[in-house]
Amino acid sequence: MSDRVMTKADIEAAEHLQHAHVEPKDFLSRYVFSIDHKYIAKQFLWAGLLFLLFGGLLAMLIRWQWAFPSQPVPLVGKALFPNSGGAITPPAYSTIFTTHGLIMIFFAITPIMIGTFGNFCIPLMIGARDMAFPKLNMYSFWVFMVSQLLMIASFCVELGSAAAGWTTYPPLSTNVGTPGAGQSLVVLALFVTGISSIMGAINYITTVIRFRAPGMTWFRMPATVWGLWLTAILNALFVPVLGSAGLLLLFDRTFGTQFFVAGAAGGIGDPILFQHLFWIFGHPEVYILILPIWGFVIDFMSFFARKPAYWYKGSVYAMISVSVLSAVVYGHHMFVTGMSPLLGQAFMLLTLVISVPAEILFLNWLHTMWKGSIRLTVPMLFALGTVFVFGLGGLTGIYLATISTDLYLHDTMWVVGHFHLTMASAAFLGSFGALYFWFPKMYGRATNETLGKVHFWFSVIGVTAVFCGQLIAGYNGQQRRLFDPFQYTYIKHLRELNKYTSYFAFALGAGQLAFVVNFFHSLFAGKKAEKNPWDVGTLEWTDCESPPVYHNFDRVPIVLRGPHEYNNPEVLAKLGKDWVGQSEQLPGEDIGIDAIAAE
Amino acid sequence: MSAAATDHEHALVYPDEPIYSRITAGKLAMWLFLLSDGFSFSGLLLSYGILRGSSQVWGCTTEAIAKTFGCIEEPALGINFTALLTFLLICSSVTMVLSHASMVEGDRKGALKWLGLTVAGGALFLVGQCWEYWGLFGLFGPHHGLIHEGLKFGATHYATTFYCVTGFHGLHVLTGVLYLSAVWIGTAMGKTDANTLEVAGLFWHFVDLVWILVFTFIYLIPN
Ligand code: HEM
Ligand SMILES: [Cu+2]
Repeated sequence: MSDRVMTKADIEAAEHLQHAHVEPKDFLSRYVFSIDHKYIAKQFLWAGLLFLLFGGLLAMLIRWQWAFPSQPVPLVGKALFPNSGGAITPPAYSTIFTTHGLIMIFFAITPIMIGTFGNFCIPLMIGARDMAFPKLNMYSFWVFMVSQLLMIASFCVELGSAAAGWTTYPPLSTNVGTPGAGQSLVVLALFVTGISSIMGAINYITTVIRFRAPGMTWFRMPATVWGLWLTAILNALFVPVLGSAGLLLLFDRTFGTQFFVAGAAGGIGDPILFQHLFWIFGHPEVYILILPIWGFVIDFMSFFARKPAYWYKGSVYAMISVSVLSAVVYGHHMFVTGMSPLLGQAFMLLTLVISVPAEILFLNWLHTMWKGSIRLTVPMLFALGTVFVFGLGGLTGIYLATISTDLYLHDTMWVVGHFHLTMASAAFLGSFGALYFWFPKMYGRATNETLGKVHFWFSVIGVTAVFCGQLIAGYNGQQRRLFDPFQYTYIKHLRELNKYTSYFAFALGAGQLAFVVNFFHSLFAGKKAEKNPWDVGTLEWTDCESPPVYHNFDRVPIVLRGPHEYNNPEVLAKLGKDWVGQSEQLPGEDIGIDAIAAE
Repeated sequence: MSAAATDHEHALVYPDEPIYSRITAGKLAMWLFLLSDGFSFSGLLLSYGILRGSSQVWGCTTEAIAKTFGCIEEPALGINFTALLTFLLICSSVTMVLSHASMVEGDRKGALKWLGLTVAGGALFLVGQCWEYWGLFGLFGPHHGLIHEGLKFGATHYATTFYCVTGFHGLHVLTGVLYLSAVWIGTAMGKTDANTLEVAGLFWHFVDLVWILVFTFIYLIPN
């Protein structure tokens, strides 16, 4: 029942449960070992953005290699690859594409999307004063820092960092294929970052279940919170599976066990076992990285089309069913590895089934926009871009899910294009949309709209061109991960295509400067943000200052309605504005509590 | 904004306790952690199952097997001894329940007694496991431990998975013993309540439950 009768006891219980912490005064507990979720969110943001830059530069190197194979890299080549006159060498190339993928997924997108927005949005949007376990939250960040340091350390050892692809398949990822401490350090870094993710996940899940403000029923929660919550559940369940796979791989690498060593390498192990463990985690992981984005997009569509989210419950149920289904489709990554045809068909069917809820979400977004009075703000632009690239990416997934076409497309650039459109581009655009949206609340300053739009157009055109270029290359047979694709006669004719794709990639990279300038300028010299610059009704905008006080809410808010109340005729008539806050009482509205109604 | 505050005396506030159908945050988090941890055990057990399922021979435990498959002989796992350890762990789960029950009735002394026994049970289990691995330096009879008898980590899947799974579980027992000791000290100082014990108990029962699965899969399934 959405209109649960609220009692004074509920309100008192909420106040009692969430006594306000006093803001600490000393430097360390304020700025380093902070337990304030808003501050930890910012720590994750910085850590993530720095690694986003790192991963982005690695991507530029990959694109350089594919545009101008074995030619000296301008500017930095001499410093990075002194022994080859500045050109990328084959071993360096393997390290570059491997660490690009791992850094982007685990050390850039994850901290930005889950670490930053999970921490910032969950308590504020459900009306809580902090996370359920503020200390655990702090540990989660510092454990994450350790994993980032391990990742950096892996570049400093002999033979360099990991080089077995982001999927880390053995035997390539064992000592036979990738000797040296770098690969081990990276696997260890993944293990450690997993611990951090699990700590965060347990905190998020508990906070959402136990710390919602009175009246914040499940279906009054913003979709953002739903997305982050479901992501946390998938994290808590499946990251441990990657952890155990990583542990066994580390044993193989350091203690001479042979879990995964086999074949020509002369071991007794089972490399395919690793593929199973990896994808049992890996497929849920791709949804871990998209669910928060779906949440943002559902909310932003409604916020900026000034309409209720179309079939909000349907969208939530769709996200729930995707989360459940994501656990049973991982076999689609292993069609070519080989499996019984019956099993293969089962995985194919389940994979195609999962696109049904995805389409429901998609249609709901379109329907929310339909006939809305759309405000093309920067966050809305990014949300629209997200919908666009996600749509393209989702469609290309169907071809991969179908066994007969996947046999041809597997391990080609088509797959690379597919997951960069779904996972990389959608997460990239969605996260930036969220950053532009919540920046005023986080830092109390507005960002520059023009620069934001420049950033948007560079980004959306960039990712579309680059990843569609990869789709075309893959469709024409270009294998992924090739050092110099044009050594193969059947790929030679794709040289120009690759070159132009690279130009777009460089433009995409350069366009990020607009963000950097905007970010730092707004941080130090942006104009003071209003309390609610977007005219939206969720609690962080209506009940908190920009930025919020240390304990978020002087009184725990009492929630009366859902997050998507726009252009309601009754509200228009009574309040003269097109939105109403989740905790805002309409004149004459009975909220069931005498004492407060009397006020 | 102070209306609710002035109404304070009239508000009925229910304590944050399970009988009022509210799960405490700590307990919920423990359940989530256990679910998560269960998946890490599943990862290991799944690997064990797949490796075992696809092996021709699991453990070169007799001369006959060694002859047929040309492998170096390895010791068999001592089921009787481990069954004793299993029984010990189950008993420590019972004392954990009794400790919590005492606490619920406000009997802190009783709770301490039973909790102490639980910790002792866990510690004994660890001693037993060390004995199994290394032998107790020949202190009690001829048992020199599996390592001396030739069960070499890294030699065969039979040996390696054994150490990985039981070792990972042993780490959990160690964590549990330390955790419960901390709770014991807290309880002695009067800083804990029934909920603290319940949450700690959840962890302990989980470690026990997992052991029963590990015992079944690793020890009891015949070659
Ligand atoms: C519309 C639904 C989708 C379908 C039917 C689908 C299907 C597939 C299939 C069958 C593959 C394996 C291709 C191969 O290796 O041959 C694949 C790869 C992949 N997909 Fe999707 N996908 C969908 C949506 C997504 C989403 C939403 C994400 C991420 C947010 C995603 C991320 C990935 C990644 C990361 C890989 C592959 C990685 C690799 O091999 O390195 N996909 N997809
Ligand atoms: Cu998948």
